[in-house]
Amino acid sequence: MSTVLILADFAGEKATKSTVEIATAGAVIGEVTALVLAPVGKGAAYAASINQGPVTKVLVIESDDFAKHGVAACADALAYVIGQSAPSAVLVVSNAFGKEVAGRVAMKLKIGIITDAVDVAADCTATQLVFGGSTTVHSKVNEGTAIITVRPNTITANFAPATPLIENITVPISDGSKKATITSSQPPVKGGRPELTEADIVVSGGRGTNGDFASVEAFADSLGAAVGASRAATDAGWYPHSHQVGQTGKTVSPQLYVACGISGAIQHRAGMQTSKNIVVVNKDPEAPLFELADFGVVGDLFAVLPPATEGVKALKA
Amino acid sequence: MKIAVCIKQVPDSWAEKKMVGGLLDRANVDAVLNDLDEYAVEEALRIAEAHGGNEEGGANSVTVISMGPERATEAVRKALSMGANDAILISDAVLVGADAVVTAEVLANVILKGEFDIVICGTESTDARMSVVPAMMSEKLGCAQLTFASKVSVDPAAKKVSITRVTEAGVDEVHGEFPCVVSVVEKINEPRYPSFKGIMAAKKKVIDIRDFASTGAQFTKSWSAVIDAAPRPPRATGVVVTDDGTAGQKLVDFLSEKKLI
Ligand SMILES: Cc1cc2nc3c(=O)[nH]c(=O)nc-3n(C[C@H](O)[C@H](O)[C@H](O)COP(=O)(O)OP(=O)(O)OC[C@H]3O[C@@H](n4cnc5c(N)ncnc54)[C@H](O)[C@@H]3O)c2cc1C
Ligand SMILES: Nc1ncnc2c1ncn2[C@@H]1O[C@H](COP(=O)(O)O)[C@@H](O)[C@H]1O
Repeated sequence: MSTVLILADFAGEKATKSTVEIATAGAVIGEVTALVLAPVGKGAAYAASINQGPVTKVLVIESDDFAKHGVAACADALAYVIGQSAPSAVLVVSNAFGKEVAGRVAMKLKIGIITDAVDVAADCTATQLVFGGSTTVHSKVNEGTAIITVRPNTITANFAPATPLIENITVPISDGSKKATITSSQPPVKGGRPELTEADIVVSGGRGTNGDFASVEAFADSLGAAVGASRAATDAGWYPHSHQVGQTGKTVSPQLYVACGISGAIQHRAGMQTSKNIVVVNKDPEAPLFELADFGVVGDLFAVLPPATEGVKALKA
Repeated sequence: MKIAVCIKQVPDSWAEKKMVGGLLDRANVDAVLNDLDEYAVEEALRIAEAHGGNEEGGANSVTVISMGPERATEAVRKALSMGANDAILISDAVLVGADAVVTAEVLANVILKGEFDIVICGTESTDARMSVVPAMMSEKLGCAQLTFASKVSVDPAAKKVSITRVTEAGVDEVHGEFPCVVSVVEKINEPRYPSFKGIMAAKKKVIDIRDFASTGAQFTKSWSAVIDAAPRPPRATGVVVTDDGTAGQKLVDFLSEKKLI
């Protein structure tokens, strides 16, 4: 049976939901081995968090070079493991880090790379949605191992408990991959809400909030949703940049996306167009985002959201 | 300092895009300078200006590098009119349909020959949306990768570059030495508009158009290929209601019907 290597994705010491998603995608192709890159002394804790999804083996590499030299050192380790095990495919989470690691590995090993897949078939054909989600493309790597980055929240994860075999290995990190040095790292500030790219529901606010996100947040909380923002809102300093949805922010594909006071510029659409259901609240009936709405409300968000929040609470009570 | 800026000409973000034979139909849409690369051009100029300028015979030079069809001279000209000194455009029929690995191989070879100290890129091309070319070039060049920068500081005497890296994984301070590959996020600066003087001056600036063979790159084979492409069915038209005081409840009803609550 063919083997598939996944690069496990972590938030702190815990494997993320995206890790389970790429394991699920990988299991369609073959037996899944997860590669864990951990700081010295943390390998066992990191590996132990891979306890869900169709993973048969966990390979652990401990090195402080990963945190110190970032993408380049991680790419070195991944390339080494690919060279040793020749998997039929390598799956990585489609975030800035994952894409850059995949890019370096593809360059190093001269193998084909496909980014932002939303599905992967048994023969490694990847499905991508391009041009702001208007076109479906199937792509394939012609020969050798394929390295594919998979967009978070697009694969339905199989959360079945896993008890993978754990193996520790060491790999050399080349000098060429130690040219950049990270001297400080601040993880993103975690609020009480779900992570934007992993959330089932996202409620976003734009310039129409005029800086007051309270009703957007209250509606989000009634739904257990993550809060997003347009660039107009993050540029104005109303909401942190880490919550920006769009081309230069995050790409989200939740079950439900609620846009409040957002007009629907192409750059915003690029980050939310593949959401399964879209709700738009905007006082301008001509706002372009209504074109994408499954349900639209022409109205003032400050008048519409509070009763909607109460309605959701009543339903859930 | 010798600074290079990698720019790409892309179809206008607003244009309707189509695939023809597995490739993006570039001929029939308006083409523009990738807007994320304008921030790279701006940052290159600011770095040069902060350390003695890039006028004729000055301490620094800013060279635009692009790979694309001959028509990409329009985008290159825009970067020159912002204030870059000269340009290299790699244009060759063998590169039509090049994937990211080939693109990075070609650009890295040109960069190697030019002996640049700092290479500045955008974080992504708005057509390919891969965000991989800068990392790939740094791999090929074996130099520091300083990508997703929201702030860049350069110490030319010590040949050191420090950046603040901003991604979904948080905020990092990253340091490297010349030569290095930097990519900049769109929050970093406000790109300047070309002045009339800049536009006139750009007409006289040299665009060195090179073929594939002259770059010294080793291959043109793309490893990945598009099998098919099809427009997605348009989204079913939804319901739009005008708020008369009951729209909030109607919204809740919609969510509950769709089993989203
Ligand atoms: C290189 C580049 C990258 C970019 N990247 C991104 C990106 O990643 N993400 C992003 O979002 N944008 C991005 N943009 C910006 C994008 O082009 C738009 O400017 C931005 O999305 C607009 O935000 P907005 O919809 O909140 O504001 P506006 O376009 O000003 O729209 C505000 C809307 O709110 C409505 N409104 C006002 N008051 C109310 C009210 N009380 N109740 C209800 N509705 C109300 C108005 O009718 C209007 O439709 C980028 C731009 C560039 C050039
Ligand atoms: N054909 C090209 N010519 C010059 N620079 C490019 C080209 N393709 C990509 N780049 C650079 O690499 C960055 C990231 O592009 P991409 O990896 O395609 O999303 C862009 O913002 C450019 O700075």
